[in-house]
Amino acid sequence: MKRGVLLSLFWVLCFAALGLAAEGAPTAKLEGGDTAWVLISSALVALMTVPGLALFYGGLTKQKATLNTMFMSFLAFAVVSILWNLYGYTLAFKGDWKGLVGTFELIFAYPSLEALNNTIPEILFSFFQLTFGAITVALISGALIERMNFTGWLLFSVLWFSLVYVPVAHWVWGGGFLGKWGALDFAGGTVVHINAGIAALLGALFLKPRKEPILKPHNLTLVALGTGLLWFGWFGFNGGSALSANALAAVALLNTNTATATAALSWMFVEWIWTKRPTLLGFCSGAVAGLVAITPAAGFVSPISSILIGFVAGIVPYFAVAKIKPALGYDDALDVFGIHGVAGILGALLTGVFADPAINSAGKGLIAGNAYQVWVQFLSIIVVILYNLVITSLIFLVLKVLGILKVSEEVEVSGLDLALHGEKPYEID
Amino acid sequence: MKKIVAIIKPFKLEEVKEALVKVGIGGMTVSEVRGFGEQRGQLEVYRGQEVKVDFIPKLKIEVVVRDDQVEQVVEAILQSAYTGKIGDGKIFISPVEEVIRIRTKERGNKAI
Repeated sequence: MKRGVLLSLFWVLCFAALGLAAEGAPTAKLEGGDTAWVLISSALVALMTVPGLALFYGGLTKQKATLNTMFMSFLAFAVVSILWNLYGYTLAFKGDWKGLVGTFELIFAYPSLEALNNTIPEILFSFFQLTFGAITVALISGALIERMNFTGWLLFSVLWFSLVYVPVAHWVWGGGFLGKWGALDFAGGTVVHINAGIAALLGALFLKPRKEPILKPHNLTLVALGTGLLWFGWFGFNGGSALSANALAAVALLNTNTATATAALSWMFVEWIWTKRPTLLGFCSGAVAGLVAITPAAGFVSPISSILIGFVAGIVPYFAVAKIKPALGYDDALDVFGIHGVAGILGALLTGVFADPAINSAGKGLIAGNAYQVWVQFLSIIVVILYNLVITSLIFLVLKVLGILKVSEEVEVSGLDLALHGEKPYEID
Repeated sequence: MKKIVAIIKPFKLEEVKEALVKVGIGGMTVSEVRGFGEQRGQLEVYRGQEVKVDFIPKLKIEVVVRDDQVEQVVEAILQSAYTGKIGDGKIFISPVEEVIRIRTKERGNKAI
């Protein structure tokens, strides 16, 4: 242990000396620990989409559309995997034009292998961010299941990723105006969850309700499996967003687990009280709500705060899903807005409340005397909502005009798997 | 020769099978069906929304027996498939015109 410390010290001094000699100022250097952790985290986040989300959504879908639902997640991941490298990364994270978007610096090019983002290779940072963009698109599919045209989904993935995800990522994380205003979003409460949640709600409105607008999960074991993979992968989502292998990453991990467990239990208890029975689906839904809510807060709040955040995240989304959605009548089939949107908004606001400089000097919330932070969080939420209202609506409108938005009633009722893909999820007689 | 069709609760299959074998049936066919009678559907709840499922899973058992076996077989099913709660099922009896064993080409009672 001591030898390791001395060795590290030696290298630090060497690099410091080199840095000083070269530029007269200390430069960031590649840290193996940080790099290893972010490498793993990238893989974890990828796992969240393929197959985590695919299974979570697939199990919730009616049997006749299972494969189509899973396909939408897989497809989104593949599409973003390509586009991110072509122009996504550069327009989200390289440079800044008027606070609105990045530059074309790395268009159709990748970061040089020597380039660093603090202590990790820049190309790794890019890949890590790719996985975030991918899951954001995939999340939206949950509201559109059992009736979305497949070509339409493909085009939607391309358009929404390019016109909405990339700019919003830039605004919050890439040096854009929301970041400059001081909005705190540790791992993507706004960029991923509120963003996807609002887009999903709009999609549900444009697609109009299904012929059978009920939740009829055909395989809750897949849902449980998917939940587990999401929970596990989220350690990379939040922990990896520390971009370093240190106590901050550990706190993010701990907060993630704490909020999630709390939310799972609180949803379960609310449901138990309200409907007389605890359900596994409720537990899993609560867990996801907790995961979402803690996402913007994971690296800013204390573990005690994460209990409070989780507690709220299990309750409010439950009512959004069980009471408000049926009352309003929109068919957000898998509650993307109800869970990701609502819990994301909760999480963003509560980050403004509980951000504790003792955890992360970059975040000072209400409890540290900075009430203004809550206002900034609120503003960033409004911005994302408004932007989606305009652009996402436009995208859905384009699909509608092109005639590739919704399948025919006959196809919808007979089932997308056979009609669109010629496949069945199960060959059980 | 008569065909006896019984709609029973799925968990009763083992009991009914044992009872039928005991009274000496030659064989039986079981299929998974869904239906309702007096037992009107069940309630499932997902994310706070109640989903009424009208059709309930049942099993359909079909046996073809000699005329002299009918009463014993019916009695065996009545005993073994019974729970006393709504949804126990029904028995239907219909005449069979001919029975042929494919392997040996035997017909009639010999083929049962």
